[in-house]
Amino acid sequence: MSEYRIQGATGEWEVVIGLEVHAQVTSKAKLFSGAATAFGAEPNTQVSLVDAAMPGMLPVPNRECIRQAVRTGMAIDAQINKWSRFDRKNYFYADLPQGYQISQLYHPLVGEGYLDVSLDDKDPENTKRIGVERIHVEQDAGKLMHDQHPTMSYVDLNRSGVALMEIVSKPDMRSPAEAGAYVRKLRSILRYVGSCDGNMEEGSMRADVNVSVRKPGDEFGTRTETKNVNSVRFVMQVIEYEANRQVDVIENGGTVDQETRLFDPDTGTTRTMRSKEDAHDYRYFPDPDLLPLELDDAFLADCRESLPELPDAKRHRYENELGLTAYNAGQLTADVDVYQRYEAILAATAAKVGKSESDVATQVANWVLSVAPGVKNATEDADEANDTTAANAGIIALSAAGTVSGGQAKEIYEIVLKTGREPEEIAETEGLKQNSDTGAIEAVVDEVLANNADKVEEYRGGKDKLFGFFVGQTMKAMKGQGNPAVVNEILKAKLG
Amino acid sequence: MTELTELTVAAIRKGVAGGDFTAVEVAEAFNANVAAASELNAFIVATPEKAVEAAQAVDAKRAKGEDLGKMGGVPIGMKDLFATNGVQTTAASHMLEGFVPQYESTVSQKLWDAGAGMLGKLNLDQFAMGSSNETSYFGNVISPWRRKDGGNADLAPGGSSGGSSSAVSARLCPAATGTDTGGSIRQPAAFTGITGIKPTYGRCSRWGVVAFASSLDQAGPMARDVTDCAIMLEAMAGFDPKDSTSLDMPVPEWEAGLNPDMKGKKVGIPREYRMDGMDPEILKSWDDGIAWLKDAGAEVVDISLPHTKYALPAYYIIAPAEASSNLARYDGVRYGLRDLPEGAGLQDMYAATRADGFGPEVKRRIMIGTYVLSAGFYDAYYNQAQKVRALIARDFEQAWSQCDVILAPTCPSAAFALGDKTSDPLSMYLNDVFAVPASLAGLPAMSVPAGLNSEGLPLGLQIIGKAFDEQGVLNAGLAIEQRAGFTAKPEAWWK
Amino acid sequence: MSVDKATVAKIASLARIRMDDAACDAMVPELNQILGWVEQLGEVDVTGVEPMTAVIPNTLRLRDDVVDADPLTGGGVRDKVLANAPAPEHGFFGVPKVIE
Repeated sequence: MSEYRIQGATGEWEVVIGLEVHAQVTSKAKLFSGAATAFGAEPNTQVSLVDAAMPGMLPVPNRECIRQAVRTGMAIDAQINKWSRFDRKNYFYADLPQGYQISQLYHPLVGEGYLDVSLDDKDPENTKRIGVERIHVEQDAGKLMHDQHPTMSYVDLNRSGVALMEIVSKPDMRSPAEAGAYVRKLRSILRYVGSCDGNMEEGSMRADVNVSVRKPGDEFGTRTETKNVNSVRFVMQVIEYEANRQVDVIENGGTVDQETRLFDPDTGTTRTMRSKEDAHDYRYFPDPDLLPLELDDAFLADCRESLPELPDAKRHRYENELGLTAYNAGQLTADVDVYQRYEAILAATAAKVGKSESDVATQVANWVLSVAPGVKNATEDADEANDTTAANAGIIALSAAGTVSGGQAKEIYEIVLKTGREPEEIAETEGLKQNSDTGAIEAVVDEVLANNADKVEEYRGGKDKLFGFFVGQTMKAMKGQGNPAVVNEILKAKLG
Repeated sequence: MTELTELTVAAIRKGVAGGDFTAVEVAEAFNANVAAASELNAFIVATPEKAVEAAQAVDAKRAKGEDLGKMGGVPIGMKDLFATNGVQTTAASHMLEGFVPQYESTVSQKLWDAGAGMLGKLNLDQFAMGSSNETSYFGNVISPWRRKDGGNADLAPGGSSGGSSSAVSARLCPAATGTDTGGSIRQPAAFTGITGIKPTYGRCSRWGVVAFASSLDQAGPMARDVTDCAIMLEAMAGFDPKDSTSLDMPVPEWEAGLNPDMKGKKVGIPREYRMDGMDPEILKSWDDGIAWLKDAGAEVVDISLPHTKYALPAYYIIAPAEASSNLARYDGVRYGLRDLPEGAGLQDMYAATRADGFGPEVKRRIMIGTYVLSAGFYDAYYNQAQKVRALIARDFEQAWSQCDVILAPTCPSAAFALGDKTSDPLSMYLNDVFAVPASLAGLPAMSVPAGLNSEGLPLGLQIIGKAFDEQGVLNAGLAIEQRAGFTAKPEAWWK
Repeated sequence: MSVDKATVAKIASLARIRMDDAACDAMVPELNQILGWVEQLGEVDVTGVEPMTAVIPNTLRLRDDVVDADPLTGGGVRDKVLANAPAPEHGFFGVPKVIE
């Protein structure tokens, strides 16, 4: 990896990045109440008396949220703490009904782990290890809306109390690209594990970006924390902007304030967050409404057994057992949706053609990664529902058997996407089949050669280029349905 | 006809079930007493219609031959710390004045389900912070008791459950709910010559009870005798999945298990509770208690609880720390008072609302709690206090190898006059010196009347038991009750 | 440790309790009296003692992941949630405008 440096007036600067990713835990109910977590409901309709912090309300933790956080920890090889506690983080804000957030400071559920991130798609084995400091479970806050009324802000508590995992990295990243790769890899793992849907647009995953700069080799500089950044691109923008801003500040004789900042996606800049200026003293203490959380071996075993094959392991298996290229294996395993589609089509294709998966793996990979997306993008009135595993496998099988050509396969797929008809039927009725009948092809070839005796002479006299002419004539005579391989073979034999 | 308001819970229940009188007659008799006692200021809100309505339901059940429940036909007072659906719940604060919960606390619901009815919401120290009921936004509660000196000074009913203690001793209700964080059931019971028990932490659900200090708060009954406490505690206790600290254990049949025979039981007398300069009358009542328990067959042993003197300071770190956080929800956003000065922003609104909505004692405790948790002080104060608390609990653990229950005074003095201690918070706090250790250790503890002092004021004796052994506490209490023969009651000067 | 007026003002601000000068002045000796008294805890030898975590030996129960299993702790109760609101606005809680 080439080193990322900011060129300042006084020389080169290194940027140091740590990320605190807040990932919404996939669960039906909230962390400490029975209210629903679904996105997009009417304001305050998914709020229990507990979430609204009515007097005398008490928290009772949701097992599924704990389980998902533990599984996530296991997926990054982290230490799972069998004894953990919830603490209160005290501050006042309108989106925080209790006046404190239930979080974990002193004894988090998950301790140190790591992620191996790659910066080069072509060489996924070339990785950098980014440490994860901890994962703890905490409540999300509600939402404030500022644009509904001239003098008031509106509070919606639907999100209040939804379970979050805060995944805290070590300050191990040194460039926007590394941070971007880290977020993508983390998102991939969360989606594999099923502990977070990774939907950054809906806020299911967002990052607090800690940035500082230093002269290479110096001590860490003072960092700023930019809150709630909700896309990989924005994370990278924040780092670029903050790093350059901080270098400017320092080189102009100033000092960087340790502060909380907000990102403005419209301008790509960050600014000081005014509302939380004096909220640095959070007065953490163990939540007396909750007892220590103790996990038994059976619970942990259940978590471990329920883990799926994870991206790196899957990528290795694709390379070693299926014989895919490193690039293809990397592309196919980067996201849950992609590998699930690949594995489903692979299994169906292998079954259909009666071969092993490794025999058809490369063909299916090419189809899933390049052929099919190309057709789909070009097909305006494609119906997603028609894009079934069976249809894809059917087309690949036709192609593998030589029944259809590459071009025909694309045409069939387009019709499938539009109509949902069966590939075999389409091939039949639409005449999208190639002819591999050697007898029939020989007859046509004989006729073509007989009709072009002069050219046959020239060819035999050394004009090799004419071979293409014979192929073209044969295909034309066969209305394009001749199997090119067979046509070639017969032509070669006849022309001697 | 019997004077209904002189009857105990057990007697009312029996009389209603047996048809000697109706539940409605009982409710109306107590409603009349409540209405006539406004001078005591024991109730923030009276709910006579609720009492009658519940009584009618019990009478109707009786007519149909159905089970009337453990508290069938018994009207009670509800400390205004318990959320009651549709009935204003204030914690005696301006902050929650006019707050009408849309839910019912688990404990009050259990009582209604057991056939009890509600006479009204009882006054208390604001957010249960106080030992004299002088911190209520709705005014002081006055004890029905007066000194024999003819001075007619208004006395403190104790606190924080001062409305409860005043009302029960003045026969405004046969029983009432209380909550005890650092003595708030036992001290007022002692001051007013009634009986009250704080069960093991976790026995009674805290769901729907306005929180003061979560790791200490426990609800319990306050009534005229031990039997009534046993009956009512059975109705209040029980596992609640909505409270993470609730004990998932069956509720014992405490009433059926009552047995004053102390043969084979050992009673521990903690030497550290015998403090310098202690009121000789308190010491005498303690000696009486020892004699009574011996008479009941118990063996008396000296024990040591070495960290006793540190209990109160530990409590005054832990309880305010928890309170400072528990009371952060009162911010004027979702319910309760909102003070929004012209042009004020959100944070100004918080500061104004909380300055207006909380009384001086509540603010003082929030300030202490905020300070001890603030950056740099957490270890020195809060963590140290929780370590000392662990040592206090260990003291009790070690004591249980020598005895089955512990006997001690409930308070260092009899009731004091209103205003006597308000200028010195620390002297007020010291009132709970004997009550707080059991609270910190989560142990069941009760106060039973031991007699009157020379001024004619009641004194209480405290029995502390092992975790989950409310039965042992109740039994020792019953043994004392039978021998103390406490029948004194205040003259109804307010009528 | 003892507090001065500036500390009292800072604590009051952290606790969001408006306190004027006179109130801060009055609070200084009160807090110092109480803090001075609780500091005797420092005398206790707590070597090897873990801070108390559960008053009564008990571990945390976990709830099943079911929506609205108990109406008392479930959602869909907006009317109840907003019933006591000082400024309910179109299903929201209204607060003075916040600038983030």
